[in-house]
Amino acid sequence: MPRRTVEPFVWLLFSGGGVAAALVLPVLLLLFGLALPLGWIGAPEYGHLLGVLRNPLTRLGLVAVCTLALVHWAHRFRYTLLDGLQLHRYDRAIVTACYGGALAGSVMAAYLLFIAV
Amino acid sequence: MSSQLGYARLYKPKVRLLWWLSRRSYLLFVLRELSSVFVAWTVVYLLLLVRAVSQGEAEYERFLHRAASPWLVVLNVVALAFVLFHAITFVNLTPQAMVLRVRGRRVPGRLLAVSLYLALFVVSAFLAWLVVG
Repeated sequence: MPRRTVEPFVWLLFSGGGVAAALVLPVLLLLFGLALPLGWIGAPEYGHLLGVLRNPLTRLGLVAVCTLALVHWAHRFRYTLLDGLQLHRYDRAIVTACYGGALAGSVMAAYLLFIAV
Repeated sequence: MSSQLGYARLYKPKVRLLWWLSRRSYLLFVLRELSSVFVAWTVVYLLLLVRAVSQGEAEYERFLHRAASPWLVVLNVVALAFVLFHAITFVNLTPQAMVLRVRGRRVPGRLLAVSLYLALFVVSAFLAWLVVG
C-alpha cells in the first residue's frame, strides 16, 4: 500500500487560502492600507469598527481567512525558496519555519479576535 | 532496491540559481509565487489593526496616522499590486485546476472564472459597506 502523506491536504488548504485571499484581502488592504489612512474616504468611527469586529461572524470569518491565507503563504513560499533559490538541502528547516510561522500567526489571529477585542 | 536508494540515483540536472531570470514567463511565475509574501503581509497588517482597535480609540487613531507614513504607504501600494496580481491569476487558473459539473454537464471554464470575478466584486462591495457603513 502506498504511504499516505499529508501533502494532498496541504494542497487543499493552499487552494482554499488562495481563494479566500483573492476574495477578501484586496478590498481590506485598499481600505485600511491606503483609502482610510490617506483620507480618501472618512475613517469609520471607533465604536462602529469595534462593533463589527465583536460580531461572532466577523470573528470566525476573519480567523478563517487569516489561517487559510497564512497556510497558502507557507505552502507557496516553501516552494519559492526550494525551487527559486535552489535550497532543497534545507527543506526541513524551511518547512518548520513556514508552517510554524503560519501556525503562530493563526494562533495570534484567534487570540486577537476572540480574546483581545 | 529501497526507495531511498532509487531516489538518490535519480538524474538531477544542475540548475542555475537565477534560472528564473532567463525568460519572461519564468520571471512572471516567480513573481506570482512571491505574491504569497504580500498575502502574508496583508494578514499581519490587518492583525496589527485588530490589535490597535482592541487597545482603544487612541491606539486606533495612532494606527491610522502611522499607516499614512510614506514607507508604509509605499509598502502597501506594492502589496496591493501583488495581492491583486494574486487574485487575478488565481481566478484565471481555477477553471484549469477545477472541473465543476452541474447535472452531469461540465461548467465551461469561462463561466467559472466570470462567477469568481462576480464573487470578488460582491464580497468587496459587501466588506466596504460593512467597514465604511
